[in-house]
Amino acid sequence: MTHWPLLSLLVWLPILGGVFTMMAGNTRPQAARRIALGFAVATFLLCIPLFTGFDLASAGMQFVEQRSWIPAYDIQYHLGADGISLALVGLTTLTTVLVLIGAWGSVDKRVSQYYAAFLILEGLMIGVFSALDALLFYVFFEGMLIPMFIIIGVWGGPRRVYASVKFFLYTFLGSVFMLVGLVYLYLKGNSWQLADMAALPLTMTEQAWLFFAFLVAFAVKVPMFPVHTWLPDAHVEAPTGGSVILAAIMLKIGGYGFLRFVLPIVPDAGHHYAWLVITLSLIAVVYVGLVALVQEDMKKLIAYSSVSHMGFVTLGTFIAFALVRDASLQDAARLGLQGAMVQMISHGFISGAMFSCVGVLYDRMHSRMIKDYGGVANAMPWFAMFWVLFAMANSGLPGTSGFVGEFMVILAAFQANPLIAFAAAFTLVIGAGYTLWLTKRVIWGEVGNAHVAELEDINMREWIVLGVFAIGVILLGVWPKPLTDLMEPSIAQLASQLAATKL
Amino acid sequence: MQATLPMPSATALLPLLPELVLAGAAFALLMIDLFLNEKQRVLTHVLATCTLGLVGVLLIAGWGGQGTVLSGMFIRDNMADVLKVGACFVSAIALVYAWPYLRERGLYKGEVPVLVMFAVAGMMLLISAGSLVMVYLGLELLALCSYALVAIDRDSPTASEAAMKYFVLGALASGMLLYGMSLVYGATGSIDLATISANAPMAAQPAMLITGVAFMVAGIAFKFGAAPFHMWVPDVYHGAPTPITLFIGSAPKLAAFAMAIRLLEVGAGPLGDYWHPMLAGLAALSLVIGNLVALAQTNLKRMLAYSTVSHVGFLFMGLAGGGAEGYAAAMFYALSYAVMAAASFGAIIVLSRRGFEADRIDDFKGLNARDPWTAGLVLCVMASLAGVPPFLGFWSKLAVLRAAVEGGMLWLAIVGIVCAVIGAFYYLRVIKAMYFDEPAGEAAGPRDDRLLQVVFGVNALGLLAFGLFWSPLMAWCQQAFA
Repeated sequence: MTHWPLLSLLVWLPILGGVFTMMAGNTRPQAARRIALGFAVATFLLCIPLFTGFDLASAGMQFVEQRSWIPAYDIQYHLGADGISLALVGLTTLTTVLVLIGAWGSVDKRVSQYYAAFLILEGLMIGVFSALDALLFYVFFEGMLIPMFIIIGVWGGPRRVYASVKFFLYTFLGSVFMLVGLVYLYLKGNSWQLADMAALPLTMTEQAWLFFAFLVAFAVKVPMFPVHTWLPDAHVEAPTGGSVILAAIMLKIGGYGFLRFVLPIVPDAGHHYAWLVITLSLIAVVYVGLVALVQEDMKKLIAYSSVSHMGFVTLGTFIAFALVRDASLQDAARLGLQGAMVQMISHGFISGAMFSCVGVLYDRMHSRMIKDYGGVANAMPWFAMFWVLFAMANSGLPGTSGFVGEFMVILAAFQANPLIAFAAAFTLVIGAGYTLWLTKRVIWGEVGNAHVAELEDINMREWIVLGVFAIGVILLGVWPKPLTDLMEPSIAQLASQLAATKL
Repeated sequence: MQATLPMPSATALLPLLPELVLAGAAFALLMIDLFLNEKQRVLTHVLATCTLGLVGVLLIAGWGGQGTVLSGMFIRDNMADVLKVGACFVSAIALVYAWPYLRERGLYKGEVPVLVMFAVAGMMLLISAGSLVMVYLGLELLALCSYALVAIDRDSPTASEAAMKYFVLGALASGMLLYGMSLVYGATGSIDLATISANAPMAAQPAMLITGVAFMVAGIAFKFGAAPFHMWVPDVYHGAPTPITLFIGSAPKLAAFAMAIRLLEVGAGPLGDYWHPMLAGLAALSLVIGNLVALAQTNLKRMLAYSTVSHVGFLFMGLAGGGAEGYAAAMFYALSYAVMAAASFGAIIVLSRRGFEADRIDDFKGLNARDPWTAGLVLCVMASLAGVPPFLGFWSKLAVLRAAVEGGMLWLAIVGIVCAVIGAFYYLRVIKAMYFDEPAGEAAGPRDDRLLQVVFGVNALGLLAFGLFWSPLMAWCQQAFA
């Protein structure tokens, strides 16, 4: 099985599926749905050999495929996966299947294109997580914009045009700076390979410039305060599936980019400017958390809570920068990185689940406003069960996945500076505040109005989607070891790269 | 005493073979067309297209061989071959696009393909020019044919106005170029570009030489449509019938690129320290003006005209970066832009009908609902123009970006990418109209013309195919400057 080009299959199978789905045409929606789901499930199943064939002891890239692509510019088609990529690839394939199932009954406009867009997006995202050539990465990274732009713009809410264009331009602007940085690195080291870039010695000035080029690109994607403003718009206007993919996977690409580009390539600048990112992360965690508290739109609230939770990812990553040069704190640095990764996967499940829940309500009531709801638990008890579970996870309750990552990051932060840890821990209170208050207003209490009283509980299809998310949230909460084992060697290697200066 | 030039033998003229074939065929067609009636006129068109294709094949096959003939006036080298192949094929595609459009509007005259052929002959002379005279000859042959083509719809006031503006401003630019040439001639005592280059460092009056080069740069900028010499571009692109716009917006860029290389690099190479910054300035200005003004356009042809200005800015970025890699990048940009421009105006032609030009952005509203396939193709074209990977437009931007960074012009690279983001907005508007809006009023549906659809499909998907495998194209360009 190992000589199969698994990663290539994972990238191209969904894209091929997208083409087939599109060919089914909008006039045959059911056929399009079936084809698309078939390809998505096949892609998901392809992950099984990927996980079983993975050597847990090795920190290096596995399933490597390397061949010349554009010899004129030394660009290579170079794919490979380590523990970090693998976890994210798994998350991507699973979430896509769930999104496609979730859309089964709720999307009936231009169905084939909707499904095709998600499949193509899936292929490109897997490409992002497995590309080892900087330009190949960039191609996948930018290529994602078009399908997402169309998803938001065609199937979105009333202000979809504004939101989609804002999304596109923000991300585009961020990433072009990275492109200039990559070109510079190529001219300097004559290679687009990430491994060669990581080995390239760079002066502090160069590193600083490159650091900011990367920071802009990935900070927009994560998104970090103050460039997060596209996210609430995009989330609110996007269709449910778009929100789920956006929150569960696309935001992770920012965090992944920090781990793949900033850590190994510009470790000294990262160390030097860690305070900046840590400050911004804390602002995101605390301030954006407070902003979430006052939202009246459920999706907007969850979007802000995403920004706040992703703040933990950047915090964990850059706490590691602050710690790693001190020999006695190596373990804490690793813990920070580990926590950031666990937080990414966990947030993938939780945010995906929360947006799916809002989608379930929206399909029935066509409103996202909190005030239109109240006492949903009376009409939809099963739904309420799931909602409360995800709400608990979102507020970081021990036993759910939300707790694990945040706890690890806070522990690591404590070693660096108890004040940082305190500020970060404060968010747990705010997080619990806005999530529980949201739950109180939507789920509990008296039945708000006649429409709520008529709500039907979730059907089979929604059961599957929410159930799978719930399993993920709980499993990761009580037994995170397989995930941490998977990523441990890669993270240890990253930490050692961080510790070595490139000056 | 009269200088005696030895009469060149026929074999010594062999590198001229493609030009001779093209010019000969153009004359022959001019005659043949006289004997054809309306119904048979398709023959002129088919023969013209075939001739252009044939000349392209001749060039690829390398018939006639490379070399320098006519006492150094005419140079056929790698660069010339590549650019000529590009010019021939793009012009052939332009003729195919033009056929149904012109026929429907009663504009179909035998002159159109013949003028296109002469224009291509002019481009080929320009591309191969080894002396100032040849540059000017080629340029004027191309320009005169272009003026006439723009005015081909003589009953249309906008087209006549466009042709008039084009002619007056073109004459002005030619005058500037000629003035620059005369100064350069005066300073170096030669019209031969290689000799100019050799004599330039020891010119008695460097100020005169530099002034001459500055005027030549202005002339080149005009031909490209670089800001601030871009005023003719929107009016001509807008006013001319769409297939003519397609033609003058695509292939002549290749000739203009060759003109820049011949005049500046081959001729004024030692003065690079002077003209590189000039080009960098023109590049920055074109990027900013082109992109910002394009934002405000509602007419697609005008928008594409301003977008041309910004693309020329990118192309100049490669030229300004300099060096073999920079010129190769600029050449790659010129070639890929020619293909993209053909596709973008081709989209308008595919959607237009008699009495409906489909040249407003609003005309594209709801196209996806009517015809997802065509909408998808236009999406490819717009994404490529915006520079989104994996389309060809991204890679050409990458190449010139690299050239600018390599040439130490990081500031220009940053201006370029910021403008690329601004530019993305107006291309997105077209995608938005097609996908997000519902059809309104008399909205465009594709024309029921198989040939046109196939050509457009190949053209648009070519942007994707070349985007995935552009190495041979780039290697070709690099070879030209190796």
